[in-house]
Amino acid sequence: MATMPASASASDLLKSFKLKTKQQELLIRVSILCLVYILAFITRLFSVLRYESMIHEFDPYFNYRTTLYLTENGFYDFWNWFDYESWYPLGRIVGGTLYPGLMVTAVLIYRILRFLRFAVHIREVCVLTAPFFASNTTLVAYFFGKEIWDSGAGLVAAILIAVCPGYISRSVAGSYDNEGVAIFALLFTFYVFVKAVNTGSLAWCLASAFGYFYMVSAWGGYVFIINLIPLYVLVLLITGRYSMRLYVAYNCMYILGMLLAMQIRFVGFQHVQSGEHMAAMGVFFLMQVFYFLDWVKHMLSDTKLFQAFLRITVTSAVAVGGIALGLGMVSGYISPWTGRFYSLLDPTYAKDHIPIIASVSEHQPTAWSSFMFDFHILLFLFPAGLYFCFKRLSDATIFIVMYGLTSMYFAGVMVRLILVATPAVCLISAIAVSATVKNLTVLLRSKNKVVQTGSTKGSGGSKSSSKALLDQSQPFQKNGAIALLFGAFYLLSRYATHCTWVTSEAYSSPSIVLAARGAHGNRVIFDDYREAYFWLRQNTPQDAKVMSWWDYGYQITAMGNRTVIVDNNTWNNTHIATVGRAMSSYEDEAIEIIRSLDVDYVLVVFGGVTGYSSDDINKFLWMVRIGGGVFPVIKEPDYLVNGEYRVDKGAAPKMLNCLMYKLCYYRFGEMMTEYGKPPGYDRARGVEIGNKDVKLEHLEEAFTTSNWIVRIYRVKPPNNRW
Amino acid sequence: MEAWIRARVTLALTLFALLFFVSRSSPPRQFVISNAERRIDLSSHIINVHLTLKVENTGTRPASEVVLALTPTEVDHLAMVDALAIKGKQKKTTSVRLEVKPTELPDAPPIDAKYFTIYLADPLNSGESTTLEVLYVFMHFLEPFPAEIAQSESQLVFYHDTALILSPYHIKQQTTFIKTPSTKVESFIRVEPTNRVGTEIKYGPYEDCPPYTISPIHVHFENNSPFAVVEELVQEIEISHWGNIQVTEHYTLVHAGARHKGVFSRVDYQSRQFSNGASSFRYLLARLPARVHSVYYRDEIGNISSSHLRTNSLKSELEIEPRYPLFGGWKATFVIGYGLPLQDFLFESSDDKRYLNFTFGCPLIGMVVDKLTIKVVLPEGSTDPSPVVPFPVEHRLEAKYSSLDVIGRTVVVLEKKNFVPMHNSHFQVYYTFNPIFMLAEPLMLASAFFMFFVACVAYIHIDLSIRK
Repeated sequence: MATMPASASASDLLKSFKLKTKQQELLIRVSILCLVYILAFITRLFSVLRYESMIHEFDPYFNYRTTLYLTENGFYDFWNWFDYESWYPLGRIVGGTLYPGLMVTAVLIYRILRFLRFAVHIREVCVLTAPFFASNTTLVAYFFGKEIWDSGAGLVAAILIAVCPGYISRSVAGSYDNEGVAIFALLFTFYVFVKAVNTGSLAWCLASAFGYFYMVSAWGGYVFIINLIPLYVLVLLITGRYSMRLYVAYNCMYILGMLLAMQIRFVGFQHVQSGEHMAAMGVFFLMQVFYFLDWVKHMLSDTKLFQAFLRITVTSAVAVGGIALGLGMVSGYISPWTGRFYSLLDPTYAKDHIPIIASVSEHQPTAWSSFMFDFHILLFLFPAGLYFCFKRLSDATIFIVMYGLTSMYFAGVMVRLILVATPAVCLISAIAVSATVKNLTVLLRSKNKVVQTGSTKGSGGSKSSSKALLDQSQPFQKNGAIALLFGAFYLLSRYATHCTWVTSEAYSSPSIVLAARGAHGNRVIFDDYREAYFWLRQNTPQDAKVMSWWDYGYQITAMGNRTVIVDNNTWNNTHIATVGRAMSSYEDEAIEIIRSLDVDYVLVVFGGVTGYSSDDINKFLWMVRIGGGVFPVIKEPDYLVNGEYRVDKGAAPKMLNCLMYKLCYYRFGEMMTEYGKPPGYDRARGVEIGNKDVKLEHLEEAFTTSNWIVRIYRVKPPNNRW
Repeated sequence: MEAWIRARVTLALTLFALLFFVSRSSPPRQFVISNAERRIDLSSHIINVHLTLKVENTGTRPASEVVLALTPTEVDHLAMVDALAIKGKQKKTTSVRLEVKPTELPDAPPIDAKYFTIYLADPLNSGESTTLEVLYVFMHFLEPFPAEIAQSESQLVFYHDTALILSPYHIKQQTTFIKTPSTKVESFIRVEPTNRVGTEIKYGPYEDCPPYTISPIHVHFENNSPFAVVEELVQEIEISHWGNIQVTEHYTLVHAGARHKGVFSRVDYQSRQFSNGASSFRYLLARLPARVHSVYYRDEIGNISSSHLRTNSLKSELEIEPRYPLFGGWKATFVIGYGLPLQDFLFESSDDKRYLNFTFGCPLIGMVVDKLTIKVVLPEGSTDPSPVVPFPVEHRLEAKYSSLDVIGRTVVVLEKKNFVPMHNSHFQVYYTFNPIFMLAEPLMLASAFFMFFVACVAYIHIDLSIRK
């Protein structure tokens, strides 16, 4: 950093206020951090400005509802909450089946603000929780970057992660989901753990255990931590980087973290009973063996004896571990891996075995384009950063390399896991940017010295050789460095532009309210979801049961305040399959199922009038598949014609007469949707529908929203026999 | 139905007969109504009854209390009663508002009735006569029949009344005009002479009716005007001496007409607007004060995007549309909020007090409010609040904690049941406020920041390490 030459000419008084270089640097660093902190927050407010301060998507509505419950009824009621309003007639033990971290955090913030006499509504707190934690993540990223490389890299990492679309996609204002706080918790845990490994201090170990506890309480993704850290420890052991610091850090973190995590009801004893957590335990025992061996080696002076001892101990340890694991597996004490875990290791697994996981769009394998979309230049900087990391290997860089590589793999398997990879990618790219820019500026400076002093080799290390090379081609060196700096500047500004654009265009839509451009370029709002939910809330009996596909379950309970049969917590596949079966049966078969489930209203989402493509007709094949998975009477080929899914005249007869088709297209045949097209022209699929004369026998239309997106049917009471 | 009406008629006749035999002594008898004309307007669900009475003092002493009688059902639905004395001849008439109070008559009336007394400004001397105009406003008085209708049907309602005015006085001549909203009248009871022309049914003139004569009638007619009723309206007016008045209004709106039955078909509703859902309504108009700003319209689950605000220098109009059209029995709740400049509504009175001058009423036009609560949130530190309302209301005090409040704000709560648009008038809330309290919150914030920086400085300069 340069001293200020301008102040040299200033008066003595000013001179006394002149900051030292170190102070200047601190000032600049703190102000950059503050700006980044603010930037990370405000860039996530597009959705509030474009739409309103509202909760987005599907899962956040459940989180919002539970948070509301927590504020109103207190923690103990929340913990013991049995929810009658979902999964009718089974109900749901909410306290035992959720990660409470998010709700508790939001309520804590709310209470603090209330205590400080800020009259805020809990909804505002929920809406802004994710941006707030995103801001905090930038701070953690700075410290993490500082820990693994230097403060420059930390600053760059903070800036990169503040606007990285991969993270913004899950943390815009209103996206009140577990991931919002979990990424902060994840990065914090990793940072503190690396710090603990670097220092071997118990305080940092403790902090990492608590970070891990917070992560466990917030998101199911904690499994990534509990597998990555043992893997990292194992790699350090193999590469001969075993140290007392590592021993202290890992053991303390594992034992404490495990004990703390058991306090979360949803996680319970999984740390000792589930296959997914066994790696951590194995590495824990391995550490003890390692330590023991180290001690023995220290005690035994005879190397030969030690070799023999080593052989026996390692074999017996591995054998004991293997037998214990085998016994646990066989006796059923240790549960096998879950489907989701398998599908991470084998991307094709879900498609063949668990359609309910495969049916979610965010569980699909990632396309190359979405990598580009979410990472932009980071995708190219990432390998460069890896190169720098390998050049300066340390415990910390090994960690970040491992984190980056594993999370990149998972990001490739599932779209939503791009989120987990984002911090690693940002950190590694930041190293690349920082190191490059630093090298270039050092080059520019040192060249002046070269001119002045003739020849000075750099302080040594990697740069000396390149300098030596560049010294010989002085005319191009300066220009080259400047050009490269400009290139870096250009790339980074492109990145900023891209991020802002992506945030405003792609990730700030609440998906409850749909916006489109009208014929005259004006903005048209389709608020049909809320119209329907509010209608349900106001104009149906308090105890009405609503059947819909599970996607809308959370929203119906949160906004409509009515009981649903299935919702987005897909814990009971059979129940969902029953709904899928009802939707894909003929009406008189479906009504049996509907009556047996005690359903009063059936809700479908239909985009034929507006051209909204993610409606129930387009999701219908998944209902058939999931229904067919449990009830073999439902067969997918019955709904297809030559393997093709269609709704027009050429559609399969079963398709044209199943309940879903009837409910979506009831009286749609009379409707003129588009000029110059016949009535009953489905705009979402671009065809004229095949069955325009839909008659309903056991259901009647109760409500259809103004753009037909949501249609609600009432189940008629059975006819009197007399 | 028929039998029921017959029963009522017989009952009335029995009472009528009883009347002659039992008591002729009840109320002060010095008045005779020489001419009564009643105009009943049934065009909306708020029923206006204009009664013009020519009262003559036939007693010996001067008297100033004229008694009006209403049946208990009428009283239950009565939103307001207002009386004017008309003075002067023909064109040069002036009207004077008179005080009306509910009263109990000491002796048992021959008919179950409740009474209101009009206090004349000047006592009426013996032999003199005067003209009174009485306005009754009733709400929830039309009975939908059938009680449930389908989407394509229009709404039919019953109006029950008596052809002869219930009165403790002898009425020499009386006529009743009933105006229906359209010519579609299913049925009505004739009490000859009865005449129906267009949208008007004329009962009478009837000559020489003794006191407490009634003759029940009903009119069964089509009324598709929106039966929009606000079941509850809570209006919160928050005063900030920094220059703003924030008004928040919580509505519970219901369609109080014939209940919707069976299917709601969007196709029919969209393509055949006039024959379908004739009794339903979609738009509401709120008239807000001029210079209104930051208007919002939302409900529990978020913003409602269908609203338009038109402002000019005299008034602002907010056209709102609930999320869905309201059919009979359907409900909607929503919140309207807006800010107003302080200087338009807050004034200083002569005795060093300040007062808020605001409209007591519902900004939605033509709306009946079952329960209206107005909460005036005074700034923190204000004392001695006293409301002045032109009609009787219940009032009490509450406390509210808003942003950065320590001792809480005084809230004056005014409650009024059965509110109709005719009630709209201004009310005042007087209070004392020391301007020094305005500085409390900024000072608090400033000191909090100051403390924070001091803490930061202290932290940097203090060495907390244990080892040296």
